Amino acid sequence: MNNTDSPLMKWFDTRFKINALIEYMSNKSVPTHSHSSFYYLGGISLFLFIIQVVTGILLLMYYRPGADSAYESVQFIISNVSFGWLIRAIHSWSANLMIFFVFLHMFTVYFTKAYRKPRELTWITGMGLFVLALSFGFSGYLLPWNELAYFATRVGTGMAGAIPLIGDDIMTIMRGGEEVTGATIGRFFGLHVAILPGLFTLLLSLHLIFVQRQGMSEPVAWSAKPEHKKKYMKFFPSFILRDLLVWMVVLNVIAILAVFFPDGIGVVHWPLGEKADLFSPPPAVIRPEWYFMFAFQALKMLPAHVWFMEGELFGILLFTIGGVIWMIVPFIDKDAGQNKRSKAFTYFGCFVLAFILFMTVYGYLVE
Amino acid sequence: MKNKIIISILIQIIIASAVYSSESNCLNCHSDFEDENGASQMITKDIHWQKGLGCEGCHGGDPELDDMDEVREVKGYQGIPDTKDIPAFCASCHADATYMHEHNPSLPTDQLDKYKTSVHGIQLLKEGDTKVANCISCHTVHQINSAELPHSSTHPQNIPGTCGKCHDDADYMKEYGIDTNILSDYTVSVHGYALLEKGDLGAPACNDCHGNHGAAPPGVSSLAAVCGTCHAIEAELFNDSPHKQAFEENDIPMCETCHSNHKILHPKDEWIGSKEPSLCIECHSLDDGTIGLETADAIAATLEKLIHAHSEAETTLSEAKEKGMMTTEEEFLLKEVEQSLIQTRTRLHSFNKDSVEPKAVVGIEKANLVRTNSAALIDEFYFRRIGLGIATLFITLLCIGLYLKIRNSEKEKS
Repeated sequence: MNNTDSPLMKWFDTRFKINALIEYMSNKSVPTHSHSSFYYLGGISLFLFIIQVVTGILLLMYYRPGADSAYESVQFIISNVSFGWLIRAIHSWSANLMIFFVFLHMFTVYFTKAYRKPRELTWITGMGLFVLALSFGFSGYLLPWNELAYFATRVGTGMAGAIPLIGDDIMTIMRGGEEVTGATIGRFFGLHVAILPGLFTLLLSLHLIFVQRQGMSEPVAWSAKPEHKKKYMKFFPSFILRDLLVWMVVLNVIAILAVFFPDGIGVVHWPLGEKADLFSPPPAVIRPEWYFMFAFQALKMLPAHVWFMEGELFGILLFTIGGVIWMIVPFIDKDAGQNKRSKAFTYFGCFVLAFILFMTVYGYLVE
Repeated sequence: MKNKIIISILIQIIIASAVYSSESNCLNCHSDFEDENGASQMITKDIHWQKGLGCEGCHGGDPELDDMDEVREVKGYQGIPDTKDIPAFCASCHADATYMHEHNPSLPTDQLDKYKTSVHGIQLLKEGDTKVANCISCHTVHQINSAELPHSSTHPQNIPGTCGKCHDDADYMKEYGIDTNILSDYTVSVHGYALLEKGDLGAPACNDCHGNHGAAPPGVSSLAAVCGTCHAIEAELFNDSPHKQAFEENDIPMCETCHSNHKILHPKDEWIGSKEPSLCIECHSLDDGTIGLETADAIAATLEKLIHAHSEAETTLSEAKEKGMMTTEEEFLLKEVEQSLIQTRTRLHSFNKDSVEPKAVVGIEKANLVRTNSAALIDEFYFRRIGLGIATLFITLLCIGLYLKIRNSEKEKS
């Protein structure tokens, strides 16, 4: 008996026209070429986001925001709640891996010019998701209210203060006052568990709808091939099954990492450590999360003044301009829009990638 | 107006040169014939000089005169005082409460009174023995400094060396019949180690037990009071113990009998009991008609139980820590066990097993709790590994199943 003939499917089909959806998905196909593996990166990021949501909800049951309770509740989760340590470890590992895969997804999309017409809005929503993913990381870092998180957040929010005219106001809004205090935890907590997930879900839905409606992008060189030389695989079930296989592998990797390294390892490290003390001197090394290291190091290396403006402000301005160019690249890369190679944008992408890699590595070396 | 300014400047120059000459006349001559260890070379590092007290402040005379013979004829000139007059010489200021209040209100003014009661003072002032220490023996002559300064001869870390200048010199001390191993004994003692090696300025130097200006060896009766200044609980327990009366009746020094005086070593748990190297057996025997050794054995057994429990708890905890388990609570609890161990060792000074046991029991119970919790954490560690193994196996099987499904569907397609 075919699956669609089963009583259950019939029951659903009479109500939701589910067979039409299956029919639609069965007719979808995914290009098969040397870079097909890039198509799984978005799916991996999505899977890691789902893990984030599930483990985040579990952590939420015990986490208590506030200067007097945040640290203690995380300590309680780790030491007293059954499998609390595992949930926190999976949450932290999947957060870091999600940002890693989002980076990877973004650069593969960029270098294969998948942003080109007609996928401009897919790229824009993807960029929005990238910014939200980084915001998730930044807001979540403070929540354990430990020493390192406190000082890193003080530095991070302090950078916003460098923006002319509105900088101080932005900093005050972020911190919930002049300084990083218990009020800041409340703000970051609200951001982390309500505002960001809401926005993320909205953008993610749009992103997925765009991807489903437009299908997978074909590389410029591949799309120029004659039709008989192009190979495809069915989206359902071939691609979905492969996607599922990759997700299972990722899940296995996370499980191993979480059990063997519950506090992370190397530069990807989140030990609870000491509780934040507003009156204690800052630790010798204040370091941001690894994905902010390139920006942190670049701002650190800038001189106190560049031309007529402060070095830090100059850096923020440069990053903002760079980010805007990166976001509107589908609209300015006209060649790619016409299925032509656009070398200038490839070089620009190489420069950005090299800059991020160099600054990150250099940032850790100079420590 | 212009003339007034010029006159004013000239007057200031004249005053300044007069002051300069008045300050420097003593040094001008003395520096000509004194080497680098001479008074004129060292005096500038002296606290009195730095506070504005010139040579004439102690020695009299007139620093404005440039002829030495004329200086000696000035009324009040004292030159170098005789050794036996030095205490009074310094006390002319230091025993004057009004004068000292103006210059250093925090400094006591009873040094001379205390010195008169000290062994040094009695020997010098009554016996005329000029070999004993007077003010300058410890404080130096012209390089006197606050005891708070590290290079001062009276800084806590320099005091053993300062006293040792005489007390460690066997030839010098020969006629007094005093042990001259004091400094070497002190250096290897817990107090000496703490002060000289670890730099703990709270650790006692010679003066903390013997007094400084009123330095005297503590008598048998006052020894417990001296040690009890810091070791208050031990002294209180000892005073309530049966040993108190026995020691007094037999004229035995209290703390010193077991701990020695200057060579106070870190106490060992084996010092209590009825077998070597116990200290109890130096006075007690099985047939001495007391329950001394019986009590000592009971206390030693209780202590041993606590030490054993602590050691086991520590080992199990460190194993749990090595495995990466969260052991904050257990570590905190182990600190409480260590506290119980300290308290139990302290209560040994009651020489009463009923006083020692309750503290030890509390420690043993906590140590057992640490061990049990740590063992549970180690079990949890293995449970995690097994859980991971099962989860990994399950996911891997799922992966293999998916892979086979994909392969089959592709075979069917082709």
